[in-house]
Amino acid sequence: MTIWEVFRQERKGQAFQHAGSIEAPDERFAEWYAREQYGRRGESTALWVVPREAVHEIDDFADELQKNYHRVDGYPLKEKLARARERAGTAAS
Amino acid sequence: MSERAQQLLEAADDELILGWRNSEWTGIAPLLEEDVAFSSIAQNEIGHARALYELVARELDTTADQLAFDRPPEEYRCAPLVEVRLLDWEKTIARHYLYEEADSIRLERLKQSDDPEVAGLAAKIDREEAYHRMHAQMWFERLEGEPRFTAALDELRPQAGALLDSEQRGDHTPELTELWEEMTMVRRSLPAGTTW
Repeated sequence: MTIWEVFRQERKGQAFQHAGSIEAPDERFAEWYAREQYGRRGESTALWVVPREAVHEIDDFADELQKNYHRVDGYPLKEKLARARERAGTAAS
Repeated sequence: MSERAQQLLEAADDELILGWRNSEWTGIAPLLEEDVAFSSIAQNEIGHARALYELVARELDTTADQLAFDRPPEEYRCAPLVEVRLLDWEKTIARHYLYEEADSIRLERLKQSDDPEVAGLAAKIDREEAYHRMHAQMWFERLEGEPRFTAALDELRPQAGALLDSEQRGDHTPELTELWEEMTMVRRSLPAGTTW
C-alpha cells in the first residue's frame, strides 16, 4: 500500500492546495479514491494525486546571521515611502 | 402494468436492494478508503433507484416511496443475485462485477428506448455507472486468479442471467423478506399517511 497526497483546486485558475492523503494499492485505486473523497461534492474542479515518495520535503533553513533583510518584516517601508514622497513633493494620499 | 413500468421497476428494485446490501459494508470495509468508496457506490445505486421509481410513479399515479417501501416483498421484481447478504469481500466484489457487467447491457438497452424520459435517465445513470464499472474492474483485476474469488464468481455467475431476463425474475430468496423487514421497519411503525 502506498500513501498518496491529494491536492485540490477549488476553482479554475486557482492554486492547488493540499487536501489530505489517502492509502491505495496503485495509481488507479488512488485516483478513484481521491475522486470519491475530495471531488464528489462539487468542491473541486481538479485534483492532483501524487505518491508521497515523489514529494521532497525540505525543513532545514539556515539563517545563522539573522539576515532580516531576507524577510518581509526586515523592510519597514513606511518611513522610506514618506521621505520619497517629500522629495517628489507629493503628500501621502 | 405497462412493459415500460415493468422494465423500470426491475431496474429500480435491483438498484434499491443492491444499494441496501452494499451499504452493509459501511464501517467495516477492508480499508477506510474502500469504506468511503463502496458506501458512495451504495448511495448512488439508491439514488438511481429513486430516479427510476419516480418515473414509474408518475405513470402509475403513486410515489417513489410507496413503490420502494409499501409493496409486499413478493411483489418486488429484483433478481435473487442482489438479495443475498454477502459479507465476504470476495463474494461482494464478485457480485459487484457481475452486476455491473449486466447493468451496463441493460442501460445500453434503455438508452435506445423510444421514450425520451427513459433514454435520458438511462444516459444519466450510465455516466455514474461508468465509475462503478471502473471500480469493479479494478477489483476484478486485483483478485483475479485468487481461489476464493474464482469460487465466488463460479458460485454467483449462474444467478447473473436473471438480471437480463424478466422471465427468470419473480422468485425470491428468504433473505429478501429479512431485508424488507429491516428496510421498511421505520416506515411501517408510523401511522399510514405520514409524510416525510
